[in-house]
Amino acid sequence: MHMADALLSPAVGATFWAGTLAAIGLASRNLKKNIDDKVIPLMGVMGAFIFASQMINFTIPGTGSSGHIGGGMILAIILGPAAAFLAIASVLTVQGLFFADGGLLALGCNIWNMGIYPCFIVYPLVYKPLAGDSRSSVRILAVSVLSTVLALQLGALSVVLETTLSGKSELPFRTFILLMQPIHLAIGIVEGFITAAVINYVRTAQPEIIGTSAASRPLGPEVSVKKLVIAFFVFAVITGGFLSWFASSHPDGLEWAIQKITNSREPAGREPGTAQVLKDIQGKTTVFPGYGFKPGTDVPAQHKQVPAWPGIDAGKSLAGVFGAIVVLGVIILIGIGIRMIRRRQV
Amino acid sequence: MSFDEEYFNIGRLDRLSYQDTIVHRLDPRAKVVCTALFLFTVISFSKYEITALLPFFLFPVMLTTLGDIPIGFLLKKIAIVSPFAIFIGIFNPVLDTRTVVVIAGIPLSAGWISFVTILLKFVLTISAALLLIATTSFPGICHALRRLGVPAVFVSQLLFLYRYLFVLTEEAMRLVRAKDMRSFGSRGSSMKVVARLIGTLFFRTVERAERIYSAMLARGFNGDMPSLKEYRFRAVDGLYVSLTVLFLVLFRLYPVTDLFGHFIQEILP
Repeated sequence: MHMADALLSPAVGATFWAGTLAAIGLASRNLKKNIDDKVIPLMGVMGAFIFASQMINFTIPGTGSSGHIGGGMILAIILGPAAAFLAIASVLTVQGLFFADGGLLALGCNIWNMGIYPCFIVYPLVYKPLAGDSRSSVRILAVSVLSTVLALQLGALSVVLETTLSGKSELPFRTFILLMQPIHLAIGIVEGFITAAVINYVRTAQPEIIGTSAASRPLGPEVSVKKLVIAFFVFAVITGGFLSWFASSHPDGLEWAIQKITNSREPAGREPGTAQVLKDIQGKTTVFPGYGFKPGTDVPAQHKQVPAWPGIDAGKSLAGVFGAIVVLGVIILIGIGIRMIRRRQV
Repeated sequence: MSFDEEYFNIGRLDRLSYQDTIVHRLDPRAKVVCTALFLFTVISFSKYEITALLPFFLFPVMLTTLGDIPIGFLLKKIAIVSPFAIFIGIFNPVLDTRTVVVIAGIPLSAGWISFVTILLKFVLTISAALLLIATTSFPGICHALRRLGVPAVFVSQLLFLYRYLFVLTEEAMRLVRAKDMRSFGSRGSSMKVVARLIGTLFFRTVERAERIYSAMLARGFNGDMPSLKEYRFRAVDGLYVSLTVLFLVLFRLYPVTDLFGHFIQEILP
């Protein structure tokens, strides 16, 4: 399932973009060092292959509905983690641009959810140790189903975490988990069977392909995954720290999630040291703190009533409605105006 | 959505991106950077901000009209991808029922306000993404990404994917058509058959990759993918970026809608 921009907070979006970019950088560097030019066209065309094979629908047994494959595990098994990750990232980028699946800020999350887990976690830690060079098709089937289910479960969990941390949806963490995980369990099992069938078919028809095209395998689990994790945390701390300053005066997703988990609110007025400093900076830098019209005076009061509604009265709401009509009217007029001028030019 | 629709939509966006308007002539780097800034500004608003988001519609409206993008086509594409955001967002009115605003006697709960905020953000972000690709050719975007520091391996991966996307979807459609003609209706779309189809597609893909590689070698490929078209960052691009930044900062810091509203309330009797 694709994450969407509208459900993201800037901190979460930027953090996952940072992690994804770090992964793309490391995977690219790794590939450049370890492969010959021949893999470049193969990778590119394999991305298009996944795209095209998603156009082939199949009937899901027992339900009568139809679905298509995601293909992350197939790529990881055939190309090896680094090349597969770049191929998946490119497929998601094109989908994000042309189909607007999720949006461009959520693209970082989506590449993370659907690329990192199958390529850098499930493949090196589960698939390779259990089925690495196995010739038994039953074993490949079992391990493929297990791997695909794991990758999809991690991805679904990730969507839930990103949504919850962003705090734009009211959906409680537990409900959301109970909604997402079973759906993705079903999808994972079906996808696992298809993955196994494709791998087994390729292996019996042209066994040498899996060997040769996985020339980019050197990205082992030991070194690079550790590097990735470190890079991710460094980026997370930097962007998270920077962007929490950027966030608004309302409780941001992280606070909200922590409140939900511990079931307690921060005592009003007693803020942790850094948070208070950041809020002071924010209070000084915003022109209309908390969007009240008297700058300065009502800032502390508003910060204390976490997470209450920032004191909107009927008068202000009515002003909002009037303002909305005017703003939208002006924008539409500008649009129509430009259209008319352009028509006349043509 | 059927395959054909999806496929022709890509083609249509691609054709739109080769038009020649003020927006299309801008440097891809300027457009990529501005789109990213716009997206960040929009999602930086908290969950109860309907009025503050409205002025931001100016950005997609300007791009649509100046870039000659058919608005119906854009709206249809936005509607197609809306289910996830709506599905997650619709829980807000159910779960957050504190009444916070009363407009003309109708009480509104915080949940509805946050739901509408999610929808507005959704339309703004998705239209910004679609307008980027509709006003900038895909190779242009790849070039911009390269110049902005994205690794060359990944950029050439994107270019390859884009180039062979159309070729391989047609290949896939030929396979599906051949299967459909040999099996009546939906029979024959079991997982086993589909796995064989995908396997066949895979072999054809690998063979094609080998032919492509030989052809590229014959033309002097050395791991780099140069572009013939030259992009220059001109004064007008700088102007575009600075105007966008000004617009974003202004509308982020000042509640323009509320100011207008108060102004109207003042002049009304």
